[in-house]
Amino acid sequence: MRKHVMPLLILMVVLAVAACAGKQKNILETHEPQVKLRSMQSRVFDISDHNHLLRIIIATFQDLGFVIDDAEESLGTVSGTKLSGYALRMTVSIRPRGSNQMIVRSSLQFNLQTIEDPEPYQYFFSTLSKALFLEAQPID
Amino acid sequence: MKLHRILKTCAISISAASLLVACQQNNILKEALTCSPDLFKNRQLQTRVFEAIDEQKLLTASAAVLQDLGYTIDETDVRSGVIVCSRDRDVTETAEVILSVTLEILSILVGAPTSVPYDKTQKVLSSLVTTPVDSQRTAVRITFQHMIWDSDGNIRKKEQLNEPEIYQEFFSKLSKSIFLVAHEI
Repeated sequence: MRKHVMPLLILMVVLAVAACAGKQKNILETHEPQVKLRSMQSRVFDISDHNHLLRIIIATFQDLGFVIDDAEESLGTVSGTKLSGYALRMTVSIRPRGSNQMIVRSSLQFNLQTIEDPEPYQYFFSTLSKALFLEAQPID
Repeated sequence: MKLHRILKTCAISISAASLLVACQQNNILKEALTCSPDLFKNRQLQTRVFEAIDEQKLLTASAAVLQDLGYTIDETDVRSGVIVCSRDRDVTETAEVILSVTLEILSILVGAPTSVPYDKTQKVLSSLVTTPVDSQRTAVRITFQHMIWDSDGNIRKKEQLNEPEIYQEFFSKLSKSIFLVAHEI
């Protein structure tokens, strides 16, 4: 009997360690390279007013049916959630590029999945562009 | 040979199913990130413009009315005019509990015991945003969503709340709150 218990215990310990390692790997795991991800999630807008841009982004969140979870003007970030049978979470951050442009970056999470496909970001930036009445250009 | 054919059919079915799921998800995201035809109707429903009140005072009056309504303020950012709040409530209805218990007893009697959950708790999430319109007027827009958990702890509903009565009642209370703040009551 004892002969069977020992290998079983070892197997359980190995599985527990493997499961733990798998979860830790999940914390920093992405499927797309960092630069590619940044590029698909970012657009440059010809606007210099940080506060005005952030307020337009917040209004766009509300137009799209998101409830704001958090907004921080000094850091330039807005996060929101849209519930409609699913949970779509979005964080948008803004930072200046030169003196006349701002880089807007969006990241999306659909239910438990990070969105790493460029299309949904194009939909968001198209909506934001309309709100700004400006044409967005992809980052060089 | 037969096993090979079964495996091939399985592989094709799995690929087709995952393609279908990806396509469906893309459609959902397209709809979620594009303005709906109801945009102007919703904007009108969710927004009021108040005269002769500055943004700071409007935020103060809004926070006070949210507290009156039993909401907890989760986040505020005055510089972007945002208040984030939430409220948890027990939404258990006696009729639903009686129905659930009756159905569970019936399921035991027919020899197939089944749990029949009922709506138990609700979390309302809301964000309020103020925007200066001009030097005299400030707009305030509020949006609500809620989640409902059943008695088994599973999420039963997660959706936006677009019933006009909710917004009308909120703005009516906000008007009173603005009056109270203006008169320092």
